[in-house]
Amino acid sequence: MVTDATSASSGDKIRCDACPVMCYIKPGAAGACDRYANHDGKLVRVDPHIVLERTMSHGGRVVPFQATGDWDGKIVHQSDIVVTAIGAGTTYPDYKPAPFIVSSEIDGVDMVTVVTEGIFSYCGVKVKIDTDRYLGPETATVRAQGEAVGHVTTSEYGSQMLSLGGVHHLTGGSKKEGRVTCDTLMDLSNCKPVELTIDGGAKVVVQAGRPPIVNGVTEERMRVGCGSATIGMFAKQWHGKVDEVVVVDDHITGVLSEHQAGKLLDIADTGIKMKGRRSTPGRYFQVADPGTGWGGTNISDPLSILGPFDAREARPGLSMLMVSTTGEHAGYYVLDDALRPVAQDMPLDLKLSVERIQENCEPALCTVLFMGGAGGSLRAGVTDNPVRLTRSVKDALTRVTSGGAPVYVWPGGGITFMVDVTQMPAGAFGYVPTPALVAPIEFTMRLSDYAALGGHMDYVRPLVSLKDSAEIRPMPYIPGRRA
Amino acid sequence: MRRLPQIALLQDGKRLHLQDGPIDLIVEAKGEDAAVRAAYDAAARRFDGLLDELCAELVELRKAAHPKHCALEGIVARRMHAAVAPFAADRFITPMAAVAGSVAEEILGAMQSVAPLKRAYVNNGGDIALHLEDDEQFCVGLMDRPDRQGVMRTMIVDAADPSRGVATSGRHGRSFSLGIADAVTVLARTASQADAAATIIANAVDLPGHPAVLRCPANELQPDTDLGPRLVTRDVGELSEYEIHAALAAGETVARQLLAAGRIDGAVLFLLGQTAVVGTRGLDARQPEARAALQFA
Repeated sequence: MVTDATSASSGDKIRCDACPVMCYIKPGAAGACDRYANHDGKLVRVDPHIVLERTMSHGGRVVPFQATGDWDGKIVHQSDIVVTAIGAGTTYPDYKPAPFIVSSEIDGVDMVTVVTEGIFSYCGVKVKIDTDRYLGPETATVRAQGEAVGHVTTSEYGSQMLSLGGVHHLTGGSKKEGRVTCDTLMDLSNCKPVELTIDGGAKVVVQAGRPPIVNGVTEERMRVGCGSATIGMFAKQWHGKVDEVVVVDDHITGVLSEHQAGKLLDIADTGIKMKGRRSTPGRYFQVADPGTGWGGTNISDPLSILGPFDAREARPGLSMLMVSTTGEHAGYYVLDDALRPVAQDMPLDLKLSVERIQENCEPALCTVLFMGGAGGSLRAGVTDNPVRLTRSVKDALTRVTSGGAPVYVWPGGGITFMVDVTQMPAGAFGYVPTPALVAPIEFTMRLSDYAALGGHMDYVRPLVSLKDSAEIRPMPYIPGRRA
Repeated sequence: MRRLPQIALLQDGKRLHLQDGPIDLIVEAKGEDAAVRAAYDAAARRFDGLLDELCAELVELRKAAHPKHCALEGIVARRMHAAVAPFAADRFITPMAAVAGSVAEEILGAMQSVAPLKRAYVNNGGDIALHLEDDEQFCVGLMDRPDRQGVMRTMIVDAADPSRGVATSGRHGRSFSLGIADAVTVLARTASQADAAATIIANAVDLPGHPAVLRCPANELQPDTDLGPRLVTRDVGELSEYEIHAALAAGETVARQLLAAGRIDGAVLFLLGQTAVVGTRGLDARQPEARAALQFA
């Protein structure tokens, strides 16, 4: 019943090798899947791909960048159509030409975009969580559904960083660990909320472009700066309104009277005695343990970080403001006759200064950067000499995008890139049970450069051939629309 | 070469889409969140490699089924054979007639085995495997022409019914039909049984030798079809009312035999706007016009 015999006799029939059914397809007909068809003796894909049309509205003044020649007066160049790899499919791990190699003319130069979906088994996400609250110790394991999916990594500024996924969790652990890691990465990359638990730390719900939820509490703001920076920023505004200010912070707690900013304003010593380790004047490390209380510490009573006031400098009636780095917590105290601070109603102008701190704290968000490497077989789909693609990217001759979004390509070997998932179209990520993520990736370069790096020139098709066919699904491109 | 299947949730975030080569499944499960998740995971895992499994025996699967002997090894392939075997003694049928239902059943089985679900379905291009518990029900919209919009009737399958498979066959689908029915929808205990029976009944809705029916050898259209040179229906011209009834009656006769033999729970046959119903309880007897009138009343 299988027609191997007839296939030899008729040359117009083609055998589709996109899947193991290996249909023989007659001209004008489609295979069993209705996805691939024989068009004039060529195998073509007939289900839609996604094309982003950049419909940026140019409000206000636009200054077009013109490297050479005269400006033709056009504000928007016709080139603002991006063919994305979403839905392009992939043929991993073989080396057939990528599903789409599209050429378009941009400023008179033939540009080629190689569109494919990559299967990234060596990928992960970097998560930046804007919070002062204690999430967990550095290197602590981060879990989803009880499975280890990554760890807490070094925090370079006020936000806390998680590193999730990677080859070890995806394929190095148990089957379940790999599956849960894959799900976690896909959900985070598709801007869905994911609950993560950190060993010895907090439970945090992370969703790209949204505030983190730490132990059930939605974070609202990032701290304005560390405690010391906050003193520097607001010292002038406090001068003359209060004798002492302590800005409580898990990292560096600031004390106005001792701080350089206070000294410059001739603020008098107050006899305050801080717990913790003094770094430089007015700056203290480790006044308390990390936690989810004041300024990312574990304290609920700020007075617990103070020792007794020094009677040689302190005096009854001395006033003190204690405030956290986000302005979320604040208290006003006056020393009694025994030089003990006693809580009082806060004067209005100090309340305003606390509000000012709050106002200067930016909205707390979670940021998710997908990070993956374009491996050997993916590059082979682009060119028959894969290393030249790498070099071409490094030489900035080839631009890499993911779902039309800009990426950062790491220096060094390979094509390892990072992309902000909120810049990508919805549902850009899929998965295969390997487990690995499927993500779109596009390489754009001059046609001549493409030929030079050993591109599959026979497979290049003009952009208009996509635009005029039913193979595309246009969708509006609104940068950052998912944020 | 090994391509990998596409696995993703649909835009609604609830339904799972599994596609590999010609297999295209829409899956939905209802139950505890964790159970649904586990079921979807199980579905995805079972799906990976399923097509390769089938293709390994594709040559055998495309041959006429032997009524008793089965040389196939794969669990899905054997299920396909078992579904068509009862028909194989007195007519030509290959296990491929039950491929869609058998795959749907396999994926549903993988889901059922890992988690308690209240309701679930695996829809393989209209051939559907069902899971129903307690007072859950499944509403099937029937239409005679898949290339047109609109549902003609609805059919309710509830948990108390024995049917767990629904399949539709006819001349407008992706596979060829030897008959002229626009669509035959069948309810049976399993999706694979429904799939095979729908094929048989749709083939039986016919007017052999009628000049208005355009037929063509199947392998002229699709070189590697399991139907070989058998004539398949390409177009149906104008038929008289009497001819339509005669063709439907031929199909109805086969459907009644299958119902009596316990192979199906019911069938609805469509041809050129006419309908014949055999033994379905859940069928919503109201025509769409009648329902519209009710809504306005």
